[in-house]
Order: sequence, then structure tokens, then C-alpha cells
Amino acid sequence: MTIMKRFIGFVKKEFYHIFRDKRSLFILFGMPIAQILLFGFAITNEINNVDIAILDQSNDIETQKIIYKIKASPYFNVANQIEKESDIESEFKKGKIKAVLIFEPNFSKNLETKKVAVVQAITDATEPNVANTIANYTSAIIQNYQSQKKQSNSNQVKVEVQSRMFYNPELKSVFNFVPGVMTVILMLVSAMMTSISITREKELGTMEILLVSPLKPFQVIIGKVFPYIFLSIINAIVILTLGYFVFKMPINGSIFLLAFESILFIISALSLGILISTVSNSQQTAMMLSLMGLMLPVIILSGFIFPINSMPLPMQVISNIIPAKWFIIIVKAIMLKGVGIQYIWKETLILIGMTVFFITLSIKKYKIRLE
Amino acid sequence: MEREKIISVKNLTKEFGHFTAVKGISFDVYKGEIFGFLGANGAGKTTAMKMLIGISNPTSGEANVAGFDVHSQADMVKKSIGYMSQKFSMYDDLTIKENITFFGGIYGLSRIEIKQKIAQLIEELELQEVANNLVGSLPLGWKQKLSFSVALLHEPKIVFLDEPTGGVDPITRRQFWEMIYTQAYKGTTIFVTTHYMDEAEYCDRVSIMVDGSIEALDTPKNLKEQFKVDSMNDVFLKLARNIE
Amino acid sequence: MKTILFIIQKEFKQIFRDKSMLQLIFILPILQLLILSNAATFDVKNIAITFVDNDQSRESRDLINAFKASTYFKVTAPHFSEKEAVEEMQKGKTDIIVNIPVHFNRDLQKDQKASISVSINAIDAATAGVENVYVTQILNSYNQNIQMQSKYFSENKEVPQNIMVIPSFWYNNTLNYKTFMVPGILVLLVTMLTLFLSSMNIVREKELGTLEQINVTPIKKYQFIIGKLFPFWVLGLVILTVGLVISKVVFNVPMLGNIFLVYGFTSVYLLLILGFGLYISNHTETQQQAMFIAWFFMVIFILMSGLFTPIESMPKWAQSLTLLNPIRYFVEFIRMVLLKGSGFYEVLPNLLIVTGFAVFVNGMAVWSYKKSN
Repeated sequence: MTIMKRFIGFVKKEFYHIFRDKRSLFILFGMPIAQILLFGFAITNEINNVDIAILDQSNDIETQKIIYKIKASPYFNVANQIEKESDIESEFKKGKIKAVLIFEPNFSKNLETKKVAVVQAITDATEPNVANTIANYTSAIIQNYQSQKKQSNSNQVKVEVQSRMFYNPELKSVFNFVPGVMTVILMLVSAMMTSISITREKELGTMEILLVSPLKPFQVIIGKVFPYIFLSIINAIVILTLGYFVFKMPINGSIFLLAFESILFIISALSLGILISTVSNSQQTAMMLSLMGLMLPVIILSGFIFPINSMPLPMQVISNIIPAKWFIIIVKAIMLKGVGIQYIWKETLILIGMTVFFITLSIKKYKIRLE
Repeated sequence: MEREKIISVKNLTKEFGHFTAVKGISFDVYKGEIFGFLGANGAGKTTAMKMLIGISNPTSGEANVAGFDVHSQADMVKKSIGYMSQKFSMYDDLTIKENITFFGGIYGLSRIEIKQKIAQLIEELELQEVANNLVGSLPLGWKQKLSFSVALLHEPKIVFLDEPTGGVDPITRRQFWEMIYTQAYKGTTIFVTTHYMDEAEYCDRVSIMVDGSIEALDTPKNLKEQFKVDSMNDVFLKLARNIE
Repeated sequence: MKTILFIIQKEFKQIFRDKSMLQLIFILPILQLLILSNAATFDVKNIAITFVDNDQSRESRDLINAFKASTYFKVTAPHFSEKEAVEEMQKGKTDIIVNIPVHFNRDLQKDQKASISVSINAIDAATAGVENVYVTQILNSYNQNIQMQSKYFSENKEVPQNIMVIPSFWYNNTLNYKTFMVPGILVLLVTMLTLFLSSMNIVREKELGTLEQINVTPIKKYQFIIGKLFPFWVLGLVILTVGLVISKVVFNVPMLGNIFLVYGFTSVYLLLILGFGLYISNHTETQQQAMFIAWFFMVIFILMSGLFTPIESMPKWAQSLTLLNPIRYFVEFIRMVLLKGSGFYEVLPNLLIVTGFAVFVNGMAVWSYKKSN
């Protein structure tokens, strides 16, 4: 009983440590809000408003019509007309435009007499994604133009497609980014803050004092971690609320399941933080492992930005060890697909397994240190 | 004969917002003396000391240390003083030699001088065995003796010691005070804060701070007579009670 | 000058003392550059697609085969009902469902027109867009095929007009993502490492109490700061060098431009980042606070650098914000010089902006570093 009282006292002290400082508090809550708002509004992996240039060697009725179409599309922003092919190189090197469309001389005439006319789409492929998309969009616009022209003979045999966009009919990028940003924030805040705060006690020598106190080692650790669980849960709630009200992200599935999975993920990130703290002897080492070691892998390998299915096989295999990957799958499934636990039990089990693994390993490492 | 004043403080005040930590204190310290600066925790002694060593700017009043104004000539003051803080402040991840080299270097000693100092210090403190060990691995008592020696590297006129013996055993404390005496004998002025009242007996003169003001300043002997008690501890207790 | 040397000596000693730290400083960036560069690709491949063939005719099978022949798609076992297929999508086992209605073949023969429905998992909108384009492309070529065979075509001898779009991809004609990502990820790693280490550095001394000891010495502010930051500046350049070697040897990234230009720019850029780290360090009390702030800015810098998502697609206000993002300028710069061979005058705007920022940030940092309060 007295142990329990002491433990509660200790947890209170830890809370006090974190919440005493108004500035820290502002940072801990304000920064994730700022990030989710900023990224939600600003980031999209769609490609539009690309600056391109046009080299029109014909300047006839056909080319003008096509250029008009291109200018009207949201994808392109015709920045300038250039006069000769040799200017392309220097335009690209300045880095302002991403593509040049070249209409061959005698465009209309060729189309009339030879039945074929050529548009070259030269793209700056240092950004392959943008380059590829530009090429696709250009040919789509021109195909569209052509098919409008030959409306008359539309009784050709053909198969038509009716596409339906499941789960995200308006194709909003933010549906992909809200779960991603939430994961990055929870992962790093939990893992980084716990690992650094535990290592801090070691570095300043106060850990020894705590360990000789009547509190059991695991109570010390839980006491230190507890405020961060609380803090991460608040952050998760704030992010989901913003996603729901500001970005109109639906929560189609059970909100309790979502809460359970979020808490599970937070605990798994915290236990990773604890593991990091058992192998670090200074805050700098803890920072290197938790921040430098986790930040890019979580952003790149979790499926937050890059689709995992498209990665080379070895990368897909490696991505399995990133807890964030599983959490992103779970969040998307609950919020957008509206599914229940029967669809995501495997992912949930993996997260539980990882958490157990981190904790077991921490305890083992911890015992070795004490002996 | 008028003794030479090396520290002279007039109406020195430090405010933090509405809180006045140091309330217009005035005193002088003479060359070569061991000056004890006493007070309970939170009495303002560390704040006062930080103003004297030029890392805290006074709100008002003046202080002159080794002939320089602490506010406008802080860098000159810093050249003339040594400082040892209550928080052990050498680099745990450097060896004894490396720490000495670093602090010697930033006080402007040449590489040759540094080498001589290292040899001399290691000899005096009998650290031959551990000279290349990390400072972090030394027992606290050794660390404190080392800190004191490092504070004296550039042969300052005054050395400020902030609770130098906190947390060490009585034997080490004794040895530490012997080092202080040796240094004072060489002519260095010692300005020391402490809350061990028995240590106050070792000082030439002591001042006692209560709630930001200096309530008593004299030799330990005179103070004991004045308050009609046998020990500095009782002087202190009586003083604290009077204030309340 | 002499004093600065003593500080530099001490900082290097401390860096090299902690062997596990030293290993991490080198291993983490190298490992990440090697691994993550392979994963960062926007290529949409291996798309799991499934069919619900209600017609079971030769034509419907032809259509399915057209998809099977494409390298983009991975066709999974067919389903007999839409419901079953949707179930698969719920489980995340498939991303596209193509539903071929009953009478597909009959409609095609009778009405010259049949329709199929395609359902795409659109949670990742950009990927869904690309998948839709692929589906349309396959359908188009399927249509062309059946048109060629149709009666209509043989009766109308007239060749249709055709505007051909010939794409050509300069600087990277195979659309290799690694050429694009490796220099970018290298920039991120160099920035993260130097920012994190420098923002932790001075606050660490504050936390351990050694900073007070430094503050009572007559050392000048600029001496202390230069001495503190110089080792990280060197470290940044060393990591850059290792990264460039890996880029060349392992990933075969072209290096068309002048490599000295890269070093010149990086030298200035590192001053900017280190100054920023120092500024963070001055305004925090614990390493934990410093790390959290550094993390906050780093995530914003990374996601708004144009490396992973295009800047042009952002709303105007966000585009203006990226003008304050140092990583944006470095990513732009390194791509221009390495991949396009841009010269000094072409990258001058970037260099000038980064220099301006560096002067400003370091001014702020030195000004905010107070030896007394």
C-alpha cells in the first residue's frame, strides 16, 4: 500500500516536471497541431500547376487550339514561349520550368495531308514522377482533343469504363496524409521523448537515486512513461478531431476500436523508446537512435508517402519491421473502409507482438546492466 | 595599516520580476583573506555571487572585483578570478589531462605552460595513476580537489567557491580546507559560500545573508561574542530566529 | 585564434571519446542512404487487381488477358461475385476490382458498345489517379485492337488523323527514381545530423553545468561559438563526402556539374543549419526540449522541401512558406548541379539566399547567446 502511494507520488512528480513549464507544454501540444494543419492544407502528392514552356514552330489553328486546351488544364501553367530548341537546355538548368512542348513546323498541314502530326514533350526528368505525369497528362489532353474532333464517327466499337473511386470519391490527398502525419507524430513523440527522458536521469545521475528508493525498477520506468502516454493520447485525440472537423475525414468504423488501436500503437512506440533508453548511455545516443534512426524510415518505409506495394521486394520485407506501417494500415481501414477487428486482427496482433518484444528485450537488457 | 580592498560592493541589488533576491547589499573583501559567505538555501548568496563573477547582471548598485566593474568590465573581471561551482563542472567524458588542457587553453595559457601545470598538479594531488582516466570515473572528493586546482590554473587574484564541499566525507572536507589555506597563504583571496557552519569557523571573516540582506559581518570570534554563543551554528540560528 | 583551437580540440575529443556515438553518427546515415533510397519510389507497380467476370465469354477473357499482359498489374484469383471482391478490398488484398457484366459480349456485338465497371481503392488519391490512367491505357489499346478487327474499320478505308505525343525524358531517360532520390535523401541526412547534434550541444553543457564554468572564463562569445560549431561543420562535410561516394559507386548517380561547387555551397549551407541549431540550443533549458523543437522544424523542412511532394501543387501561401525552408534550396541545388550540370551562375540565386539566411541566423544565434543574464 505504501509502495502504491509512493508510486502515485512519483507519477505526480513526473507530471509536474512536464507540465510545470508553460513553454514545454505549449511546444508539446501546439507543435503537433501546427504540423497537422500545415500538412493537411499544404501537402498533396498530386501534380498540378507545373510550369512548362511551349515552342510552337507552326503557330497555326490546330496548335493554337491545343495550346488553349493545355492552358485551360489545371495541371499546367504555361510560363513562357520559347523561340528555339537550343534554349531548352538553359531553361532547364535554371530550374524554373519542368517541361517543354514542341509543335513541329507545318502542324496543321501535316495532320491534313500526312494524317499525322507530332508534339514532342520534353521533360526535365530529374524529378521522374513529375516528368512521367507530365507526359501522361499531355497525351491525355491531346487524345481528348482528338476524340472531341471526331465525335462524328463515334459509332466505332468500343468498351467504356466506368470508374468508381472507393473510400475517397473526391480523391482528397488529405485522407492519406492525416493517418500518416498522426503516425509520424505519435511515433516520434513517444519514442523520442521517453528514451531521452529516461536517459536524462541516467546522465544526470538521478536514476541511481531512484533505483535505490523502495520503488521497483519497473515502477520507476512506468512512472516516467506514464505522462507521455497521457500526452500522446491527447495529441491523438486532437489530431483526429482536426482531421474530422477541419479536413472532413470520415470515421466510418468504430471509434472505440480506433481508440484502442491508437493506444496500442502509442504503447508500442513508448516501449521502443524504453528499449532505446536501455541501450543508450547519454541523451545524445538516445537522440541518435530515436530521432536520427527513426525519422526517415518512418516517413519513407511506412507507406505514408511511398506506396509499399510498388517498392522492390527486399524493401517490402524490410518495411514489415516498421510498427508505423501496421498502424497506418489499421487507421485507414477503420476510418475510411469502416471495417471491424475481423479485418485487421492480423495487423493488431503484429503490433501487440512488437510491443511485447520491445518490453521483453528491455527487461533483459536492464537485468544485464544490473548484474 | 589600511588593508587593500579587492572586492568592494555597494548597494548591489538583483530583482527577478517582482521578487528581490538580493536587497542592496554592501561589503568589502580584503586581499588575501578567506571570506565566508553564509546563508540558508534561497537566502540569495548564489545570486549575489553570480553577480560578482560576471554571469548575472545587477539590477542596481555597484560591485568592483579586482579593480574592475563587474557590469561594464566583466571580461576583465573574469580574467582575474577563478570559479568553482557547486555543481561539479568539468567534463566527465574527458581525462584529467584533457580537462586541464582545455581550461588552461581558454584562459590563454600557452601549450608549454599547460604542460608544466599538468605535471605540477598531478604531482601535488598525487594523481599519477589516474591522469589518463576519465574524470567521470573519479570519486567525488578527487573531482572537487581537481576542480579547485583547475579554478586556480591561471593564477587568479580571487577564487570563488560555491559550496565546494557539498556531499563529501569529513576527511576530504578537511583536506580540501587545507588546500584552501595553502592557497590563501600564497596571497590568493578566497570567497567561499557554504552552509556547513563548522566550516565558517575556518574563515577569516564571515557574512551571513538572510532573505537577501546581509545581517551580520565580522570575524567568527567577534560574531560569537556578539551573539553570546559558542558556535557559528548558534549564531546562525539566533539570527534566523530574530528575523522571523 | 589559439583559444578557438583549444575548444575545437576538446569538442573533437568528446566526439571521438564516445565510440558508440561515433559509430551511430556514421552508420545511421550510410545505412539509411543505402536502404531508403531504394524504397523511395513513386512508380506505381505491382497493383493488385481482381476480376469479377460475369460474362465468361472469349471477349471477356481477352480483356482480362490484356491486363495480365501488363507489367503494372498483379492479377489475383477471380471472384464470382462483386460482394466477395469488395470483401477482398476491405481486407487490403486487392486495390482494383474490374467487374465485367453479363451480356458483355452480346452488347459489344449488338450495340458496338459495352461497359465495364472499375472500382479503385482511392485512399491514396495520387496512386489511385495513376492506376486509373493505367486502366484507361489498357482499355484504349484493347479498343484499338477490336476496332482494327471490326467490320466498320474494313469498310472505311480512310486512315484517321492522329496527333502523336512523343515524350522524351531529359537528364534521366529511364525515369530512374534513385537518381532523383539519392541526392535528396543525402541532403536530408546531412541536415538532420548537423541540426540535431548542434542543437543538442550547447544545451547539453547547460544541463550538465559545464556551461556556467565556461561563462566565468574570459572567453569571447564568437570564439566559443566558432569552436563549438567547427567540428560539426567538418562532420557535415565528411558525411557529405561519404554520401557522394556511395551515390556514385553504388547508385551510379550522374555527377555532371562541378563538385567543388557542391562543397562550396554545402559549406555555407552547413553554417546556416548549425547557426539554427545553436539558436535552438540557446533558447532551451534541456536537451529534450531542444530535440523536440529540432524535430518539429525538421519534419516541416522535410515534408515541405519538394523532395517527396511537389511544391507547385501546394496552395500559394504554403509555397511562400517553402521559401523559408533551407532544405528546399539545397535539394534544388544538388539536383541542378549533379543531374543537370548547372553552373555557378545558374545556382547563384540559391547560393545567395542560403548565404543571406546563414548570416541572419548566425547573427541571431550569437546575439541570443548570453554569457550573463
